[in-house]
Parts: sequence; structure tokens; C-alpha cells
Amino acid sequence: MTVPDKYRQAFTRGLVQENPVLRLVLGTCPTLAVSTAAINGLGMGAAATFVLVCSNIVISLLRFVIPSKVRLPAFIVIIAGFTTIVQMLVKAYLPSIDKALGIYLPLIVVNCIILGRAEAFASKNSVGLSALDGLGMGAGFTAALILMGGIREFLGNGTLFGWPENGLMHPITIFVMPAGGFFVFGILIWLANRLSAKLDKDSARSELSENVCAACPSASICNQSNTQKEEAVCHE
Amino acid sequence: MDNPLVITSSPHLHCGMTTRGVMLDVLIALSPASVASILLFGWRSAAVIIVCLASCLAAEYLSCIVLKRPLSVGDLSAAVTGLLLALNLPATIPLWQAAIGGAAAIVVAKQMFGGLGQNFVNPALFGRIVLLASFPESMNKWMLPLQGQGGTDVITSATPLAMISQGAEVEYSLKELFVGIMPGSLGETCVLALLLGGIYLVTRRVISPTIPVVYIATVFIMSWLLGQNPLVHILSGGLMLGAIFMATDYTTSPINTAGKVVFAVGCGLITVLIRFYGSLPEGVSFAILIMNILVPLIERATRPLPFGEKRRLFYEK
Repeated sequence: MTVPDKYRQAFTRGLVQENPVLRLVLGTCPTLAVSTAAINGLGMGAAATFVLVCSNIVISLLRFVIPSKVRLPAFIVIIAGFTTIVQMLVKAYLPSIDKALGIYLPLIVVNCIILGRAEAFASKNSVGLSALDGLGMGAGFTAALILMGGIREFLGNGTLFGWPENGLMHPITIFVMPAGGFFVFGILIWLANRLSAKLDKDSARSELSENVCAACPSASICNQSNTQKEEAVCHE
Repeated sequence: MDNPLVITSSPHLHCGMTTRGVMLDVLIALSPASVASILLFGWRSAAVIIVCLASCLAAEYLSCIVLKRPLSVGDLSAAVTGLLLALNLPATIPLWQAAIGGAAAIVVAKQMFGGLGQNFVNPALFGRIVLLASFPESMNKWMLPLQGQGGTDVITSATPLAMISQGAEVEYSLKELFVGIMPGSLGETCVLALLLGGIYLVTRRVISPTIPVVYIATVFIMSWLLGQNPLVHILSGGLMLGAIFMATDYTTSPINTAGKVVFAVGCGLITVLIRFYGSLPEGVSFAILIMNILVPLIERATRPLPFGEKRRLFYEK
């Protein structure tokens, strides 16, 4: 793999093939909770992306300093610091978003996407790669949230980003309720799997299987041989 | 067939019961209730029935094509779902909303889970609940029966169960409740027509009477114990329609009698709980839906025991 390729892949991977919400099914709780409106998705996505990029950079910088035995508490402290910054900024400048996101804004601390990227990527890779990885994963998270929030807001409330005020169509309220959230989530996961399978066919297969396993938290205890891994990828 | 020697695997005897035949029987059994709904609520109920049937059949046809399954429109199961859904809706519902309900019932509850025999809940009830959650205002507008042929200025009124839950007296006599002179869903009001259909199904051996009888008896006893007129409770709301036609759905009810009794008692208890203590006046659809989801567990607990085996709920590997 050439060097620019490596950087490009660090960024693009999070968009579709390893989209944290729709492919890795991480961060499901904030996804289902805040995606009742597109603007909430944008706010949540932007806040999480900021924390993700900053914590990835700092953790990557400290990757030779943090002892591996206490790495998780160390990661959490770093993530919590950035989450607090975001929370204070949002509270001060975007109080309406703060109100809509509620408890889910401080809960970014325990968002498994951020901790997952810290553990699986930032603690093993260079600063530049980690920053790009955080940006790509954050973009994938934000895109999924806006898409899901947009669909749910349009069908369940008749509006898109709060426009027009009276609504374009008769609202189907089930879409802003939890049941509708799960429904839209399932449909989007299906679409993302289809799209990802199509993209996988285009890219080299061996590279991909390596990457998929690198992101998996149980890769070290997973006994599957390389060939089986490839099969598992195909069957997904 | 050209070859007179046909070699097939067992079974070699067939009772002649087909999906299409069963569904046709259910449609016949539902026809008195459908006719009664048109007599009671006028042309509007005919329109709701036609729209629900059309949307269910169209959804079945389209999902079979999209999912590349053999066309199952001919087995009439989608028609049964459509008719049942229509009989569960108020006559005043906007027709496009009824169409959404039909599509949701077939596509989400049935085809997405694998088609006929794979649905995890009763599709018609699922469609009704989706509509109830989506359009609460149009799902709670009940027109008074026998207003001629309807129109834009129909008179709406509270259902008997809504009167009970608001603490008011029921304004309808038992006789009126029995023949359906009360506001309600298309097919739930005329108990007489529903019972006719139920008797037809039992004599044709399409359903066993266990679930309806136990379900209705549970509601009767529980509402009597809780101090309200049990006859009013079993004659109003969707109990008869639900107990006879929807709780008995083959896919989503237990196979053997013990399981059926557990299932029906559960339906009855949840119905009474929702009617007496819930915020909704009626709970038949939610009761059946919840028990539908519990059916796999009931089946496991009531599985017949091979000789010499001990009953274990959970199997160690």
C-alpha cells in the first residue's frame, strides 16, 4: 500500500464500509435517541466528531507514554476532558441544541465509537493517520445521524431541518417514536450493507479483511484463520 | 400428468386442507361482519374495506416481486389480512391512511419476516397498531351507526369502553351492544355477525374453540371480579373480533391445547388490565400482540413430554 493510499483509506473507511453506526453498529443509543430531527443529528454528529478527532490526536501522541495496563482509564480521562469542553461550548452558544440533545451530550464520554477508535486505531497509529481516522469516522457518524434524523423528521413531522414550519405532509407520528426509530435504523443498516458489499467488490479483498479484523475488539482472541476471516467478510 | 408412476416422499395421504381453502373459509366467516358494517356505517365502510383489500393485495404482489418469492397473492392470505385490518378501523379514517396500514401489515409484519407462516405477530393487528401510533386523531373518531349514508358532517361519539374509562354510564342497552348499534370499528360492533362467523369456522374445523372461549371467559370473570358489568365488557370493544379471528391466527398462536389455554388467559388478563388500569380504553389489540410475541416461550413450556423425560424449561448443552 502506498503512503497516500494509506491516508486516503484512513479517512474513507469510516464513511461506508466501516461506518460506525450502520456497519459496526456502535453508538446505537445516541443514534436512536437523538435522531428524531435532522438538526439534532447534525449537532450530535459535530460534537462527537470534535471529541473523536481531538481525543484521537492526543491519544496517538501519548501512545508511547500510557502504560497498557491502565490505558482505558487514561483514554476515558482524555475523552471526558474534550467532552466537557464541547458541552460547555454548546451550552454557551447553542442552547437550543443543548436542550434537544439533553443527557446525550455529556454521554459522548462513554460513546463506544470514540473509545473504540482510541483502542483500535489511535493507540497504534501515527498522529496524522489517527486524526484522519477520527475525521472519517466522525463524518460517517454524522452522515448516518443526519440521514436517519432527516428521514424520521420528514415522515414523522413533515419537516426537514425544521422547514417549513407547518410541515409539507401529514405527519406519520410513529416515525418519531422509538418503534419508528428502530425501523428506519434497520432499513438503513440493510442499505449500508448492500452498498458496502458493492464497494468491497471493487477494492482488493485481502486488504479489507485485515482492516475489518483490526477494528474488531475481539480480534486478539478470535481464532479464525485468515481464509476464514475472508469468508466471514463475504458472508456479512 | 404423463407418467402414471409417480414417486414421491411421504406423506402420501392429504386431508385436502389447503391455505387457499382455509383463507376462503375465513373470508366467508368474516362476510356477515362485513355486511353488518356496511349496513351500520354506510358506504364509507365499504370504501375502507376495498382500500384495505387493495393495498394488502398490492403490497403482497409487489413484495413478492421485489423479494423474488413465488407469487402468493392467490392463497388469499393477504385478502384475509386486508379484510381483518379494515374491520379493525373506524369508518371515518382517511382512505390513504388505511392504505398505509395495509402496506405496513403486509410488508413489515409479514414479508420482511419471511412471508406466510413466518410473521412474528398478526399482520392485521400490526397494521392497526401502526395506524394507532401514527394517526391517533383519526383512529379515535368513532361515528354513530345508522346515520343514513354518511357524508362530511357525520356525528361522532365515544365508544362504550371510552365511556367506561371516563367513568360515565354506558348509554347502550345489552341488546344494542349485541347487534352492534354502537360506535366502534367497522367489524367489532356487531357481535351477532361475529359469532355467526365464529360458529362457521368451528364447524368447518378451521379453528378450535379453545382460544376464543377461554379468552372471552377470562375477560368475563376478571371484569366481574373487578366489579363491572361483565356482559358489557365482553359485548363491547374489539374482544369478539380479536378472540375469534385474530388470536386464533395459526402462525402466532400455540399448537397444543395447554399452550392455547395459557395464551388465551394471558390475552384476557392483559385486555382487562389495559381496560381497567391503562390509559387507553381498549386493549385487545395490544393484548394479542404481546401474547403473539410470547408464543415461542409458551410453546417451549407446553411441549409434550416424551415418556421418561423430565420437564426442563431450559436445556443445558
